[in-house]
Amino acid sequence: MAARPSGRGHFFPSFFPRVAALLANIVIQFMNGLAGASSLFLVAAGLSIIFGVSRIVNFAHGSLYMLGVYLAYSLIEFFGRSSIFGFWGGVLGAAIAVGLIGVVIEVLVLRRIYRAPELFQLLATFALVLVIKDAALYFWGAEDLVGPRAAGLRGAVEIMGKRFPQYDLVLIAIGPLVLGLLWLLLNRTRWGTLVRAATQDREMVGALGVNQSGLFTSVFFLGAFLAGLGGAVQIPREPAQLMLDITVISDAFVVVVVGGMGSIGGAFLAALLIAQAKAFCIGIGDVSIFGATLSFTKFTLVVEFVIMAIVLVVRPLGLLGKLQGAQRGAATVEPPLYPLTRPFWIAVVGLVALLALMPLGGDDYLLVLLIDIAVFSVFAATLHFLMGPSGMVSFGHAAYFGLGCYGAALALLKLKLPMELALLAAPLASGLGALVFGWFCVRLSGVYLAMLTLAFAQISWSVIYQWDAFTGGSNGLVGLWPSEWLKDRTAFYLFTLALCAASIIFLWRVVHAPFGYVLRAGRDSALRADAIGIDVRRFQWYGFILAGVFAGLAGGLFAFSKGSISPETLAVSRSVDGLVMVLLGGVQTLTGPVAGAAVFTWLQDSIARNTEYWRAILGLAILVIVLAFPQGIAGFLKQATARFTSAREREVVR
Amino acid sequence: MNRRTWLKWSAAFGIAVAGLMGSGAQAQDTIKLGEMNSYKNFAAFLEPYKKGWELAVEQINASGGLLGKKLEIVSRDDNGNPGDAVRIAEELVTREKVSFLIGTFPSHVGLAVASFAKEKKTLFIAAEPLTDKIVWDQGNKYTFRLRASTYMQTAMLVPEAAKLKKKRWAIVYPNYEYGQSATAAFKKLMKEVQPDVEFVIEQAPPLGKIEAGAVADAIAAAKPDAIFSSLFGADLAKFVREGQTRDLFKNMPVFNLLAGEPEYLDPLKDEAPVGWWVTGYPWYAITTPEHKAFADAYQKKFNDYPRLGSIVGYSMVQSAAAVIKKAGTLDTEKLVAAMKGLTHSTPLGNITYRPQDNQSTMGAYVGKIGLKDGKGIMTDWYYADGAKFLPSDADVAKMRPAQ
Repeated sequence: MAARPSGRGHFFPSFFPRVAALLANIVIQFMNGLAGASSLFLVAAGLSIIFGVSRIVNFAHGSLYMLGVYLAYSLIEFFGRSSIFGFWGGVLGAAIAVGLIGVVIEVLVLRRIYRAPELFQLLATFALVLVIKDAALYFWGAEDLVGPRAAGLRGAVEIMGKRFPQYDLVLIAIGPLVLGLLWLLLNRTRWGTLVRAATQDREMVGALGVNQSGLFTSVFFLGAFLAGLGGAVQIPREPAQLMLDITVISDAFVVVVVGGMGSIGGAFLAALLIAQAKAFCIGIGDVSIFGATLSFTKFTLVVEFVIMAIVLVVRPLGLLGKLQGAQRGAATVEPPLYPLTRPFWIAVVGLVALLALMPLGGDDYLLVLLIDIAVFSVFAATLHFLMGPSGMVSFGHAAYFGLGCYGAALALLKLKLPMELALLAAPLASGLGALVFGWFCVRLSGVYLAMLTLAFAQISWSVIYQWDAFTGGSNGLVGLWPSEWLKDRTAFYLFTLALCAASIIFLWRVVHAPFGYVLRAGRDSALRADAIGIDVRRFQWYGFILAGVFAGLAGGLFAFSKGSISPETLAVSRSVDGLVMVLLGGVQTLTGPVAGAAVFTWLQDSIARNTEYWRAILGLAILVIVLAFPQGIAGFLKQATARFTSAREREVVR
Repeated sequence: MNRRTWLKWSAAFGIAVAGLMGSGAQAQDTIKLGEMNSYKNFAAFLEPYKKGWELAVEQINASGGLLGKKLEIVSRDDNGNPGDAVRIAEELVTREKVSFLIGTFPSHVGLAVASFAKEKKTLFIAAEPLTDKIVWDQGNKYTFRLRASTYMQTAMLVPEAAKLKKKRWAIVYPNYEYGQSATAAFKKLMKEVQPDVEFVIEQAPPLGKIEAGAVADAIAAAKPDAIFSSLFGADLAKFVREGQTRDLFKNMPVFNLLAGEPEYLDPLKDEAPVGWWVTGYPWYAITTPEHKAFADAYQKKFNDYPRLGSIVGYSMVQSAAAVIKKAGTLDTEKLVAAMKGLTHSTPLGNITYRPQDNQSTMGAYVGKIGLKDGKGIMTDWYYADGAKFLPSDADVAKMRPAQ
């Protein structure tokens, strides 16, 4: 140390360049964040506008973004990738084309189901995701398509001694530009006034003689156009590939919800916040605190969901969200559930007995499929318990299924418990998760609640995905086979059937028990329930935990039927599968989720086996069901039998 | 009967009918193998892979089949998730009565099927999963793996990396098991050959979601002497473009696993990063007779050039055929015994399934990326035999669980 010159004079020269370098790094990462925010904002703005007016949670929005990227690639190739006109013509052309595709979707599919029960449209848009993905595979092939650089903006500019891409500067400008234009469109034109009016109260707008279907179609065009534009402007930065739809849709949802549903300015703010958070997590890198290394770059996996969870807990309507007017006349008020009668129970017992006889058929694979159906029936029934009687839609229900899987697996592998006891750990783990997450979730309602469940699911997923030493990380855990007496497939089938049937019957009983009535009262009118002394939140919380417990049991059975689990058991796709099952069967019936789980699992199994483009076929099958039975399968059957019985009654009277 | 009763009965009837429809008749004059893969999730790799195994099946049947029977592959899409994969494995084994299982791509699916194979005592040849665990930490008697693993491919790049004597390394990898294993193996092996090596920054972007500009800037800010990357696919393409615009790769040696595979190199077109050391497959330049025969037949049948996936699919069926021939029976235990030490020819040369860990010695090509006619190619390449890049037998024995 003594040899080293010391003193002020030497301190500053070494200090200043370091600060300057640090400052330059911060500025550059800030610019990266701004560039990343632009496209995210465009997609989210489109999603937000569509939701505001039509109340449709458009799952296919990410697919429209993906189409924007692909179409921009093709159009720029067509117009010539080296000319400025070719590039921007291609980008704009792609956005307009996607807008027109949005119009086709609205006219052919969504318009027919606006009056279906809430969220049923979600099912239709999910089907579109499947169809669009396979269509993109068919037209553009499987290989990633790396797009051209922007003509005239290929290079970089020097900013504080660092090179920054010229094109990213344009992107930084596009975000605020589109925000301004949207503001003008919505606030300074008649069309914008109508859109804002429809967002507030679309019934009233219709009553005042405004052509609603024209308005809805044009709104869908704008939303799809923005999604397409968001994709198209990314073409120099983002290769066109088939996974884009899924990666973008969750980001877009998060941005919309963090910003506040229906708030364009909020979406802009949220896009900025999330993009900056990501850029700075990357910029900070690894940090050593008390000898432990904290990797901020790994945190990028989940940062947007953590932000969403925090924002929703603190501000239940997002950053700039306002309470939206109640939706009127979209669907008829849910009829009360029929009391469970003796013939119903006789039928249930008959069905279970019939299923118990299935092993006599000698087809082992049928049992495998029935085990899956039984497990997913419980999973769907618990989700239905939340969505139906409790009135809480969950986009992250897989969390409890997955926590059940991991609870059972870890009890078996780490605690070395016998399989039967390990299975008990499943509902325990998921119930604990639901207890914690539910406490926060029940404080919100509607889409915000749904998105908070998604946030918690994603956070749990990312912890399990990264905690290699404990949960096996992305590979998951293997070697989870049942005890000796259940190794035989028939035995395991009967075991699963018994547990699943008992769980479902119990849930049905609960719906008709006083506890179930309290939940339904809270759903139908929280104010009145409150007035007669029901603590709605507390009971919703109990309901949430109950659903979590049984979802976990399904997860535990799933783990032992497959012998291995991975983080995929609590991924978004599993939650979406659950939603599809419930909606397919019909939210307004108790038996719906079971029918939905059976049909969906069977469709997936049989279609995937026989056709190459199975996703598109599955999507089309769901679309057909959606258009033919807007009340779900069980709902349709219920209506049909109601019509049949009332006709018969009329005859009797006559 | 009330409405719910009616519904229940009709649902039950539907399920029963569906079950009966699915069961088909069994043909006795064919040998059936069950193949499963995540065709839709990893289409870019698996389309050529499927063509590869189709070609191999056609050739085997044209030359008289196996044990006097025709070879038939029953192929399924496993949807890229372990739950579906295990159900499909059950279907292939119980309903299709396949003799054994082949295929799979992602590591977690491969491991799930491996666990199934062990439990149900079925032979499983995992073609593509790169995870080291499938033959080591979680290896089992019934599971064999064809491709050179993450560890092996990393080990192939380390000698070239060590030659440069660069001290400060930056690492970037997709944040899941493959990227983590590659990084861990690289750090361990580099420290062994070059104890003064420093790893100045690690970036772990989520798979398929890299913020490439920010990552490139963060790496530049750490001022490394060289970069080791295990990115692939869209992440790789984005990293290459953003890094090039920002001059990150000027005078910077970069090592990237897998980037020489046509599946990942070709999409980069004229922006292929010249000078990077990679593992891959230079199909255009390999002149060995066994590869030429394969490539010619492939081009003739499909009017397309082979990718690495084609090699994997083709060689996988060659392994299956070789083991059936060697065992002379379809009895699982005899097949498993025959797999141990099985040697056969592939388009990349002879490979052997090592008896100590069920890993094949299939290698990979190591070389540098160059540009020719606006397309990325591998130059200065050589074939790295997989047998030379595996840990010692003692280390392997320590990792593999007792059977």
